[in-house]
Amino acid sequence: MQTVDDLIIRIGGEAGMGLESSGVGFSQALVRGGLHVFGLPDYHSRIRGGHNFFSVRIARRPLYSHTEPVHLLLALDQETVRRHIGAVVPGGAVVYDEKDGLPDIPRRTDIGYFSIPLAKLAEEAGGSAIMRNTLVFAVAAGLIGFDPTYIESVARDNFARKGPAVVDANLRVIQAGVEASRPFQADFPFRMEAVLDAPRRLLLNGNQAFAMGALAGGCRFVSGYPMTPGSPVLEWMAAHAAEYGVVTLQVEDEIAALCMAIGAGYAGVRAMAPTSGGGFSLMVEALGLAGMTEVPVVVYEAQRPGPSTGLATRTEQGDLLFVLHASQGEFPRIILAPGTVEQAFEAGWRAFNFAERYQTPVIVLSDHYLATSVRDVAPEDLNFDAVVIDRGELLTEADLDRLEGEYRRHAFTESGISPRAIPGHPKAVYASSSDEHDEYGHIYEDAENRRRMQEKRMRKLETARSEMRPPTAYGAADPDLTFIAWGSTYGPLREAVDRLNGQGVRARMLHFTDIWPVPQGVEALLAGETVAVENNYSGQFADLLRMATGHTVSRRILKWDGRPLSPEYITHHVSRFT
Amino acid sequence: MVTIDDFASPVRPTWCTGCGNFAIWNAVKRALAQVGLAPHEVMLVSGIGCGSKLPDYTHANGYMTLHGRTVPVATGVRLANHGLRVLCTHGDGDAYAEGLGHMLHAARRNIGLVDIIQDNRIYGLTKGQYSPTSDRGRVSKTSPWGAFELPVNPIALALAAGATFVARSWSGDLNHLTATIVRALGHRGYALIDVFQPCVTFNRQNSYDFYRPRVYNLQDDPDYDVTDRMAAFARALEWGDRIPIGVFYQVEDRPAYEEQVPALKAGPLAPRPVEKLRPEQVQRLLEEFL
Repeated sequence: MQTVDDLIIRIGGEAGMGLESSGVGFSQALVRGGLHVFGLPDYHSRIRGGHNFFSVRIARRPLYSHTEPVHLLLALDQETVRRHIGAVVPGGAVVYDEKDGLPDIPRRTDIGYFSIPLAKLAEEAGGSAIMRNTLVFAVAAGLIGFDPTYIESVARDNFARKGPAVVDANLRVIQAGVEASRPFQADFPFRMEAVLDAPRRLLLNGNQAFAMGALAGGCRFVSGYPMTPGSPVLEWMAAHAAEYGVVTLQVEDEIAALCMAIGAGYAGVRAMAPTSGGGFSLMVEALGLAGMTEVPVVVYEAQRPGPSTGLATRTEQGDLLFVLHASQGEFPRIILAPGTVEQAFEAGWRAFNFAERYQTPVIVLSDHYLATSVRDVAPEDLNFDAVVIDRGELLTEADLDRLEGEYRRHAFTESGISPRAIPGHPKAVYASSSDEHDEYGHIYEDAENRRRMQEKRMRKLETARSEMRPPTAYGAADPDLTFIAWGSTYGPLREAVDRLNGQGVRARMLHFTDIWPVPQGVEALLAGETVAVENNYSGQFADLLRMATGHTVSRRILKWDGRPLSPEYITHHVSRFT
Repeated sequence: MVTIDDFASPVRPTWCTGCGNFAIWNAVKRALAQVGLAPHEVMLVSGIGCGSKLPDYTHANGYMTLHGRTVPVATGVRLANHGLRVLCTHGDGDAYAEGLGHMLHAARRNIGLVDIIQDNRIYGLTKGQYSPTSDRGRVSKTSPWGAFELPVNPIALALAAGATFVARSWSGDLNHLTATIVRALGHRGYALIDVFQPCVTFNRQNSYDFYRPRVYNLQDDPDYDVTDRMAAFARALEWGDRIPIGVFYQVEDRPAYEEQVPALKAGPLAPRPVEKLRPEQVQRLLEEFL
C-alpha cells in the first residue's frame, strides 16, 4: 500500500449517465474530506450516447491543473476501457460493470481488472440502475481508503430537496459500493485517505467564480442566449436573480442580448451579456455602439474552438485577436483574461469598474477549460473584502441639481472621460448617437469635431493603461526560460514550471490577466529566451505582444486539438529544445 | 404643466419639405405634453434612417442606436428603469427588415414600449431602394424588375406574435396620430403603431393623395371591438381601396414583462445604489460551494 502524492480517478461512459454531476459530487466529498482536487469534464455535444468522461485529480497540496495519467478508471461502458486503458499507470486498476464485460482487446498484466455488478447492486440498493454512477464512486472511495461518510454528507445535501426517500436510497447505494470494493482493496495499491479537521474549502468552476464576482461587483442586469460554455453564467444569475435583485433574461439572439445590456448600461445599471465565440460574433456591431456612445457594458466570452460551430464542448484560446479588433472603426475596449477560479472572481467585479470608469465595453475572455473545470479554494481566496465598487465619474443627484448650463454628455476632457449622468434628471436631458456627435450628443459631421471626439475616446485607453496589472511572475527569479501565458493556461504552465525547476531547468512564467491595453512596462520583463504557451494554432498573444511592444518571442508551444494544455504536454515540448 | 415647447431642440430637422416625419415628430411631442410627461421622464430610442433622427430634434432623453436594434436597446432601458416611459421611433427598414425578429419577440414579451414605426415603404436615407413594406412589383434601384416579394404585414405579424396593442395611423392626420400615441402611452405592455409616412422624394406612389381617399378609422364603427383578436386579423388583411387605421387590437389583461420580473417588484433598478454584498449574503453564497 502506498499513499501517493497525486491520485487520478477517471469515470467514463455515455452522455446521460450522470458522469459530471456524480464526478462533481465526489469531488465535493473529497474536499470535505480535507483533500485538494482538480476536476476536468470532457464531453461531447449531445444529450445521449457518445463518450464522455470526468477526471478528478486528488492531492494533499493545492492543485492548479489536471494531468494525464490515471490511477483508477471507472468504466461504465466498454468504450471507456478501450479509450483510456492506455492512460492507467502500472499498478492501477479498472472497475467495470459485470454486465458490460471487457472489450475484446489485449489484457494488460500490470493493472487490476475489477468486475463488479454495478447496475445490479445500484438497482437492489437504490431502486435504479442509473444510480451506479454514485455507486461506482463509493467503490472508488473504498479502494483508495477514503472515508465514505463524506460522500454520504454530500448526498444528503444534494438530494435533500427531493425528500428523505431519495436521500436514503443514495445512502444505501453508497454503502453497497463500499461493500463491493472490499474484495479488491488488497489488489489496489494506491491510497488517499481523508485529512481530519482540515479547514473547509470551496469547490467551484470558473463560470461560477466569475458570476459570483460579477454579482459582488454590482452586476444587476444579464441578458443572454444559450451557448456552451458561456450560458451557465446566465443560469447562475437567473438562480440568484430574485434574491439579489438582478434582472436576467434569455432573449432572441446575441445581438439583442448585447443591445439590451447596452440599453441597461445607458440607463445606469451594471449590465453584462455572457456568451461564447459564436454568440460574440453576432454581438460585434453592438460592441461598437457601446464604444461610440460611451456606454459601460461587460461581455463575458467563454471561448471554444472555432471556426463556426467548431468543437462545441471543448476548449481553445482562439478568439483573442478577434475580440481585440471586433467591430468597425477604432474605439477603446478593455480585455481581461482570468486564468484561475480566484482570478475569474476578481475579473467579475473589476470588469464593471473598468466599464464604468472608462465608459466603454469590457470583455472578459474565458474558455471552456477555465469555465468548466472545478477546483478547491479557501473561502478567503474569493476575496469579497477586496471588492471595490467604483462607478467612476458618475454625477450624483446632488451634482446634477447644481449643474449650470446645458449638460454635455460627451464633454472634451484631458482624461477622455466625460462626467456621466444617468437619464432621468431634468438638468441632464440628452441623447447620444451612434453617429459621430458633438459634446451634447447631437449628430455632427464637422472634421475638427470628429478629430477631437475620436482623440477624446481613444485617450481613455491611455488613461486605462496605467491601471492594467502587470503579469504575475512565477518560478525562478533568474530564469533561462521565460514562459509567456494568458488566461486559462495558468494552471498547466505553473505545474510545468515547477517540474522544470525540479529538473534543473530555471524556468519562470509570466502570466497575463490584463490583456488590453497591454500593461505599462511589459517590455522590460520580456528578456532572454521567451516561450509563448497558448491553447491555439498561431500564438495570438505572442503576435499581440509583438504588435504592442516589438518583442518577438523565441518559441511557441501551442495546442489546437480542442483539449487543454497539460503540464506533460508543455514539459515534453520543452525537452525537445533544451 | 408640460407643453410642446419643452421638447424644443436647438437642432433643426434635415427632413425634406413635406416629409411625413414632421407630423410624427409633432404628434410625439403633442402626445407627451398631453399626458404630462416631461422630457426627463421619457426616453426616445431610435435606430438608423431618416426617421431615426427624431430624437436628435427633440429635447428629451434619447438614444440613437444601430439599424434594426432599436427595440432590444429600448428593452434594456425599460428593464433598467421602468420609471422612464420608453418610446421607439424608427423606420420600416429598421423595424421590419433587420429588426423584424426583435419586434415579434418584443410583442410576445409584452415589454412596456410604445413602438412607433415611421413606415414610408421605401429606403430614404440610402436613396430609394425598396423596403419590406414596398408593394410587390415595386421598381427601385435594387428591384429593377419589380420586387418579387410580398410586403410584410406588420399588423398581422404583431397580432400573431401576441401584441396587446396594435394600431395604425398616418402622417396626414395629426390629430388621429396624436390621439393614437396618447392611447398607446396609456397601455401597460408593448404597443405597436405603424404609421404611414409619405416620403415625398423617393416614394411618389404612396403619397398623401394615395392614402387620403383610402384610409378609414376603425373607431368610427361603434361596433368594432378592439378586444376581438379574430376581428383584428380580418381588418389587418384588408388592403386596397379601403385601408383601416386606428386601434386594431387592445387588451389590458396581460401583465407587461417588467411587471413579472421579481427584481423589479421593489421599483426601478437604475436609481438604486450599487453596494457591496452584506456579510450574510457573502456567507450564503459561499455555503453553496462548501
